[in-house]
Amino acid sequence: MKPGKPTSPETQSNPPIHSETSSNQALFFKAKSSEALLDDTLQQALKKAQGGFIEKRSQAIADVENFDSYKQQAQLVKNHTLDHLAYYLTQFEENVTKNGGHVHWASTPEQLNNIILHICERRDAKSVTKGKSMISEEANLNAALEAAGIDVTETDLGEYIIQLAKEPPSHIIVPAIHKTRQQVEALFRETHDLGERDLDNIAALVDEARLQLRQKFLDADVGITGANMLIADTGSAMVVTNEGNGDLTATLPKVHIVTASIEKVVPDLESASAILRVLARSATGQPITSYTSLFSGPSGIEDLDGPDEFHVILLDNQRSQMLGSPFEDMLKCIKCGACLNHCPVYSAVGGHAYGWVYPGPMGSVLTPLMTGLKQSSDLPNASTFCGRCEEVCPMGIPLPELLRQLRNKEHEDHLTSWKTRFSLKGFMWGIQHPRVFHWITKTLRMILANSVLTRLLEKHVLTSWYSSKELPKNYSKGTFMEQYQQDSKQKKSKQKKS
Amino acid sequence: MKSVPNTPQSTTPKVALFVTCLVNQFRPNVGFAAITLLEHAGCDVIVPKAQTCCGQPGYNNGLRNAAIETAKSTIKLLEPYDYVVLPSGSCTGMLSKHYPALLSDDIAWKRRADSLSSKTWELCQFLVECLDSTLPTHSNLEGKTISYQDSCSCKRELNNTSAPRQLINQLCNGSNLVELKDPESCCGFGGTFSVKYPDISERLVSDKTQDITATGADILVSADLGCLINIAGYTSRAEPVPFEVRHIAEILANNLETPSMTSGSKK
Repeated sequence: MKPGKPTSPETQSNPPIHSETSSNQALFFKAKSSEALLDDTLQQALKKAQGGFIEKRSQAIADVENFDSYKQQAQLVKNHTLDHLAYYLTQFEENVTKNGGHVHWASTPEQLNNIILHICERRDAKSVTKGKSMISEEANLNAALEAAGIDVTETDLGEYIIQLAKEPPSHIIVPAIHKTRQQVEALFRETHDLGERDLDNIAALVDEARLQLRQKFLDADVGITGANMLIADTGSAMVVTNEGNGDLTATLPKVHIVTASIEKVVPDLESASAILRVLARSATGQPITSYTSLFSGPSGIEDLDGPDEFHVILLDNQRSQMLGSPFEDMLKCIKCGACLNHCPVYSAVGGHAYGWVYPGPMGSVLTPLMTGLKQSSDLPNASTFCGRCEEVCPMGIPLPELLRQLRNKEHEDHLTSWKTRFSLKGFMWGIQHPRVFHWITKTLRMILANSVLTRLLEKHVLTSWYSSKELPKNYSKGTFMEQYQQDSKQKKSKQKKS
Repeated sequence: MKSVPNTPQSTTPKVALFVTCLVNQFRPNVGFAAITLLEHAGCDVIVPKAQTCCGQPGYNNGLRNAAIETAKSTIKLLEPYDYVVLPSGSCTGMLSKHYPALLSDDIAWKRRADSLSSKTWELCQFLVECLDSTLPTHSNLEGKTISYQDSCSCKRELNNTSAPRQLINQLCNGSNLVELKDPESCCGFGGTFSVKYPDISERLVSDKTQDITATGADILVSADLGCLINIAGYTSRAEPVPFEVRHIAEILANNLETPSMTSGSKK
C-alpha cells in the first residue's frame, strides 16, 4: 500500500482488522450520538468531569512560566524520533535483550493477542492482572484471554469499573468518565459480595475496589501493562499512573508483559522527561503523575522480587503506514486526552458514540486510519472545526487539518451521499460563475421573502436545520449586491444631473 | 501579527470589501455598515462585482480541487487593491491562512496567495490594528448591555479578540460590555456541521444561549454571521426571545434600523 493513503478495507493487503478483535461501531456515530444526548445520567457525568479537566489544565499551564517552550521541546523529541524510528526501535530491542528481556513484533492486533496467549500457555497462567493499556483495547485482548479460559482483571480503577460493567472505555485516560458515583455503587453491589456495607462516598468505593484487587495482584501469574514511553538507550518501558496499580501489575507476577505501539519509543531518559513535562499537565493538570515507573527487564540475581520473564510486544497496526504520509503528525500523539476534554462534540456526546477505542478529535483521525474510512466515515465530519483541539494539543498536531484531509479522501472515494456531493459540487461550480451565482442569490432571497415558499423550504429541503432553528429573515429589498449596484447607479445619475 | 504592506499613507487606501456570501444573502445591512465604518476611517471602498464566496463549504467538505480554483479566482479578483476587508473572521481566515496552504504546491500561486494574505483583514481588526482611526461615536445603545461572542476563527485563526471589544467600548457610548462565562466554546455552527449533526449543534447552541442569557445582555454581537445565524435561528424559537442578535458592524456604525436577527423579536 502506498503511504499517504488512509487505509480502507478494499485496499488492504492484510485481512480486515478487528473482525475478531475490537468491534468497530463507528459506523453508528450518528445514531449513538443522538442517544447520548438524550441520556440524562451520561450528560450529568460528562458535564461534571469536563469542566474540572479544563480548569485544572489551564491552572497547571499558568503555574509554569514557559509552557510553550516545554511544548517545543516535546515536539522536537517526537519529530526527531519519528525521523529515525527504525533506528531507535532497533536500539530499544537490543537493550531490552541485553537486559534479559524479549521483544516481539506484532503487525496486527491478532498477532499481539497470539503472542500473549502463547506466553500465558507456556507459563500455564490461570490469572492475569492488567494495568491500563490502550493497545490491549485496540486488540480487544481481554476477550481473547477470557476465551482461552484465563481470568483477567483490570487494575486501574476506571478500567476495573468498566470491566465489571462490560463496557469499553469512553475516554483514553479516564475510562469510566461516563459513570456517576451512584452507578458505580450500584455496579459494586451487583457484582461484589457486600452485605449491608456503606458505599455512599467515593472513598468507600475506592476502598472496596482496592480490597477486591489486592488478592488479584497476589494471585496473578502474568501482569500486563501498557507503556507511555519506551526508552531506547536503556531498554526500559515507562508507565505513568496515579494509582500505583501499574507497579503492582508489573512487579508481583512472575511474568511481566508490556504492550506498546511502535511510536512510543524515545531516544533516552532526557527525551522522556521533555514529554513528561507536557503529558500530565495537559491530561489531568498535574505537574507529574503520582507514579512514573521504569521497567527494564526481569529481576536480577540480587533483586528480592520482580518478574522472572519480561516481554515487550510492539504493535504496528497501520502506524508504519502513517509514517511519511500526510497523517504522520498523528504519530506524535502522546494520548493525554486534552483534545477530548476540550472538544465541544466529545463533551456533548461522550466517548462511546465514537464506536471504537479512541474517541474525540484524535480518535476521529485514528479510527479511520486504523480500521478503514468506510467503516467510520461519520467521524471526520464530527467536528465544528473550532480549532480548540489543535490549540490545546501539547504536540501541536493539526487535528482539524487531518480531519479535513480525511474528508477529502471521503469525497474522492465516493463515501459521501450523492445528494451531498451534488449540492456541494453545484455550489462550488456556482461560485466560480458570478453571474449565475448572483442570479441564484436573488432568486433565493425572493423565495425567503415569501412565507409560504420559506415554509416549504424549511419542511422539505432544510429539514435538519429547521429541526431546532429558524431560517434567517432578510428584511431588505434585495441581496447586498443588488442593493449596492442600485445605490451606485442612483449616485451616478445624480452626479450626471448635477 | 501580520505586517502591514507599505502603502503610501498620504493617499486614501483603496479597500476592497469582500462582503461574504452569508451577508450578501441574509444580512445586507452588515455590508453597508462596513462601508460606513471604512469610509469614516478614510478609506476608498470598492465592492468588486464578481465576488461570490470564499469557498469554505467545498474546502471543508472534501472538494479540495474546487477550493483551489475558487482560491485562484478570488486572489485574481482581489489582488489589485491595497487592502481586502471582510466582515467575517471565518472568511478572513480562509483567505489569509487557508489559501496559502491550499496553493503551497504551486510557487507562483503561493506567492500571490501570501501577498493577498498580508493585506487581508477582518473588519474590526483592520479598523483598530491597521488604521488606528478615530470613528464617530453614538449614544443609541446607551444603557444597553452588550455581549460579544468570539467566533472560533476570530479567536484562534486571527488572534483577534481585543479589537472588537475596544471598538464597542469606544463607539457605543453608555453601553455596558459583558463577558460570557465560557467565551472559549464553539456555538455549534461549524458550517455544514450544523446540518450534518443537527442535534449536537442544537445542544451546543442551547448551552451558548444559556450562557448569553445569564449575562443579562440585551444584545448579542459577533463578527461572524455564521455564528449569529445559528444563535438567532435557535433563540427565535424561544418565548420570549431572550436577546437581540446583531452583527458587530451594525452596532458600531449605528446601523440599527434593520430589526434584530431573531425574527419576531419584541425587543
